[in-house]
Amino acid sequence: MNLEIKHIEKEGKQFLFLQGEIDVYTSETLKQSLLPLTAQEGNEVIVDFSDVNYIDSTGLGIFIGALKSTHNHESSMKLTGMAERVRRLFKITGLDEIIDIEESEREEAK
Amino acid sequence: MEKTEVSLHEMYKSILEGYLHTGSEHALYEAQQFSRQLIKESMSPEEMVNLHIAVVQGLIPHLPTEVLAANDFLLEVMVSYGLAYREHQSLRDRQKQLESELAVAAKMQRELLPKDIPKNPALDIGIKTVAADVVSGDYYHFIEDENDHIGVGVADIIGKGVPAALSMSMIKYAIDSLPEQRLQPSALLENLNRVVEQNISSNMFITMIYGLYDLNKHTFHYSGAGHEPGFYYNHSSREFVDLKTKGIVLGVMKKAKFKEYEQKLEPGDLVILLSDGVTECRAENAFIERSDIVKMINKYVHLSAQEIVENVYSELEKFQNFELQDDFTLMILRREV
Repeated sequence: MNLEIKHIEKEGKQFLFLQGEIDVYTSETLKQSLLPLTAQEGNEVIVDFSDVNYIDSTGLGIFIGALKSTHNHESSMKLTGMAERVRRLFKITGLDEIIDIEESEREEAK
Repeated sequence: MEKTEVSLHEMYKSILEGYLHTGSEHALYEAQQFSRQLIKESMSPEEMVNLHIAVVQGLIPHLPTEVLAANDFLLEVMVSYGLAYREHQSLRDRQKQLESELAVAAKMQRELLPKDIPKNPALDIGIKTVAADVVSGDYYHFIEDENDHIGVGVADIIGKGVPAALSMSMIKYAIDSLPEQRLQPSALLENLNRVVEQNISSNMFITMIYGLYDLNKHTFHYSGAGHEPGFYYNHSSREFVDLKTKGIVLGVMKKAKFKEYEQKLEPGDLVILLSDGVTECRAENAFIERSDIVKMINKYVHLSAQEIVENVYSELEKFQNFELQDDFTLMILRREV
């Protein structure tokens, strides 16, 4: 169970490509990559979920923390390319109402 | 201390002497037993080498100077091992202490859970909760009021371990301190959300489903805060329906509202509440789907509410090779008459 994180800056946007599982073991590394990006004023952060096959509630917590950080720093965050199984958890928790989640657009940045 | 060292010296001497004379397997076996005793008495590696050198010098007089010097050399080399060994010892002691503190926390946590299940001839209640780790992130609650209502709640605090356990006490005390008229599901969740939002760190949250069963009208009013949907089981049609709710998790939005829903129950009908540990459970690459849970409940639906939850738990435990990945909580209410 691993998570690989790749950060690319393209056309002024911050892309974070995730690959693997976001769970209680990998959440901390995700937090360390994501939070510095959302904490930078005006940053447009796009997190690509195309290769994420699992997220647990600790993982959701990281995105709540990141969302609060975007509010505090006037940055923005969008999640893209999410598989249905992963999306389901955002839906159940009601987080899809406050987090910007886009239907699969995995080709955009690659 | 002095006495042990002398006796260890004598013991080692006699074992080694035996081995040098006979070369027997038995002496080697004795040596193994001896090393166990050394560990028990916390003898460090360099002390053991020192003992060996002293015993060898006593047994074999007139050793070449080179051998004596080489022995001293070995002793120097062993010093770092000794330090590592002592560090290991102190870490083990520290770990034991932490484990016992955690055990105390787990015990306190279990005391937060209701001691008894409400007993009423009209409603059969079954509950099973099992922590994946020492402490749990799942919580459930029962309240009986004077107007023939039974309130039931299942909450799931994200994360595991001590932070989850601490948040659980917050939920319990917040519910306990609500006046009776606030026990209506939507109002209860709104109140809890306010408490949680003010007192929880930014990447934590709590999901919860709370419902109020009216023992006279046999209605179940419920609201959810981002919680795994429960099920309603219709006894006459033998169908399971999701108890879907709309509402965000607790602790994220200051002024969240929670919609309230109503489900009417006929005799034999069930209301099933669960934590996501029940549906998010996975073994190797297989996931348990909600439909699998429905099948399991259906298989035992002729049993009492408590027997159903126990049996479903056993099956899920087997599925996960008896290693629970997440905390498990399953609550079943059945209208009896």
